[in-house]
Amino acid sequence: MENILLGLEMLARWDVILALFIGSIGGVIIGAIPGVGPAVAIAILLPATFSLDPIVGLTMLLGIYGSSMYGGAIPAILINTPGTAVNALTSYDGYPMTEKGEGHRALSLAYSASFWGGIFGILCLILLSPVLALVAPMFGSREIFLAALLGIILVILAHRGQIFATGMLAMFGIFLQTIGLDSVTYTQRYTFDYSFLSSGVNLIVVVLGLFALSQAFLLLGNPDSSPDAKPVKGRMFVGIRELMKHKRVATVASSFGVILGMIPGTGEFTAQFMSYTYAQKTSKSPETFGKGAPEGLIASEAANNAVPAAAMIPLLALGIPGEALTAMMLSVFYVHNVIPGPQLFQNNIDLVYGLYFALIALNVIVMVFLLFSTNLLTKVMRVPTRFLGIIILILSFVGVYSLRNSLTDCMIAATFGVLGLVLKRLNLPIVPIILGMVLGGIMEVKLRSAMPRLKSPLDMIDRPITFILFVIILLVLALHLRTLFKEYRAHQPQENHDFHDSQQR
Amino acid sequence: MSRVKTLQSLFKRYRRPGDIVFAWIVLIFSVFLLSQIFDQTAYQSRGKLVAQPRFWPAISLGTMSVFAVFHLLGSAFSERIEGRWREVWHWIKSVEYAGWFIAYAASVPYAGYLPTTIIFAILLTLRSGYRNAKMISAAIVSSFIVVVVFKTLLKVNLPAGRIYEVLPDGLRQIMLTYF
Repeated sequence: MENILLGLEMLARWDVILALFIGSIGGVIIGAIPGVGPAVAIAILLPATFSLDPIVGLTMLLGIYGSSMYGGAIPAILINTPGTAVNALTSYDGYPMTEKGEGHRALSLAYSASFWGGIFGILCLILLSPVLALVAPMFGSREIFLAALLGIILVILAHRGQIFATGMLAMFGIFLQTIGLDSVTYTQRYTFDYSFLSSGVNLIVVVLGLFALSQAFLLLGNPDSSPDAKPVKGRMFVGIRELMKHKRVATVASSFGVILGMIPGTGEFTAQFMSYTYAQKTSKSPETFGKGAPEGLIASEAANNAVPAAAMIPLLALGIPGEALTAMMLSVFYVHNVIPGPQLFQNNIDLVYGLYFALIALNVIVMVFLLFSTNLLTKVMRVPTRFLGIIILILSFVGVYSLRNSLTDCMIAATFGVLGLVLKRLNLPIVPIILGMVLGGIMEVKLRSAMPRLKSPLDMIDRPITFILFVIILLVLALHLRTLFKEYRAHQPQENHDFHDSQQR
Repeated sequence: MSRVKTLQSLFKRYRRPGDIVFAWIVLIFSVFLLSQIFDQTAYQSRGKLVAQPRFWPAISLGTMSVFAVFHLLGSAFSERIEGRWREVWHWIKSVEYAGWFIAYAASVPYAGYLPTTIIFAILLTLRSGYRNAKMISAAIVSSFIVVVVFKTLLKVNLPAGRIYEVLPDGLRQIMLTYF
């Protein structure tokens, strides 16, 4: 109880409240503009938050993370262009509803379902906290090493159809974090006698290049366009009542969001899809899916909004990020010398509770904001794409240069920007590089610190949690091979290539 | 929904034009890096294999090369998609914007953050094909807001421009501190 009060006290500061408002409302706006997305915004703001208190910086970034998907539903529903990649399924039922003149109903349903999913995710996180506090200290070096390894494997296997490319990119990420002076033996690794490489390749520079600059280059290089969203008319509160008729779908979808959000590498995309499939299979009118079924919309939005809170579980409890946004947040923790992991629940539990309350508050702020400002956002969405590219380029400079005023960093970021553009154009994922860098670093450190206790390779799995993790790794690999074999036997026909552009948003 | 059939269908990321060029580049790059492993990493006679500084570069580059070979084979044995070189040209063209970014970053310590940002915003607006006063004004206003938010309010670590030194006393101090 005392910790809960301490957490509340942390939030009761003007700078935290301001950060919460800026993060949550900014996140909605960023999510609503197709072509920006939370990753770009977080990457740009990351260095600026280093000078702020951990709770202020994290609240702002968490606000963007948690609220962007609310905003992303607006263009998905009104103009059939998802604001963020994870709103893709929202457009399937949302846009047909707009075509039928029910845009306000679709938006209202999306907001209500998002709110349901968001709050459900946070409640699960809060309820799981005592368990996490109990289990997290059982994770030693070996356990964290195997959990990070499992994360890498899941990230690779989750990108079906491009597993080789994803594996190659994840390994590139692991390689990137090895460049520079080895911290234990003080020997140079892949510096090619360049002094600027001795300190290694900075994660934030890579993140800014791959996410922000690549997006700027992409928007500047593509033909100019200006999304034309029409304002919606009608009562925005209708969806709240309608959601109550579909509580089952919303709850199951949120549960998918929570479970898959906790697993590294899967996240919103899988949760959304599984929820949608569940909603369709259990619906009394499955034929309406894709033609404006409210359950489809609810399933998609509730699932993706339950993920941010769930994604905080491996990050806070083990220090293992499951996707790019939590990987970026990890660097904020490190900069402030707050190391997420087992000790966090013992030493900084007030910060953990503070973050929980921030998550609840941001959902309320966003919900209220959206109920009254949707039409305002439809105007913001009309920013021409090339102009948006210019603004992202200018903002990226602040992010890269403010780190250490280095022109070399800008050159490295620009190089990664071009690489990011190539990957986006090829519809290959960027996230494995970032996760490779973060998880690769964790694996190297944890394996080294586990070494003195290992007499034989079998000692690696002689503890209950390590054994379970090892079995899960084997199971995941076996299941993947089984699916591949089944797919091969089924001879599934090729689908429309243009549909698969999830990496380009 | 006819487009959504199986879980696999959503996860599939199909090949795009230029995929094979990228596959070749990555393979050559990873094999080159792997070939440098003895020069660029050390091996200490004492110490276990996994604690060697060479261990993780070797593991990552070795696996990367294997994946790159399979990715290349996958591309090579797949049906050719039209527009390969057009796509590569698009990648090359993006280097121009990387150049703009570096030029912008190189100019800030000399010409100052505020003037450089406004000038680059205007130049990039013109380069992007906008010619009307509305867009140019929007570029000026947006870049000014960016400077005010990050430099004046958030006080992020950006250098003051050398050009500010020639300004009159009062103005110089304001520009050095806030812009």
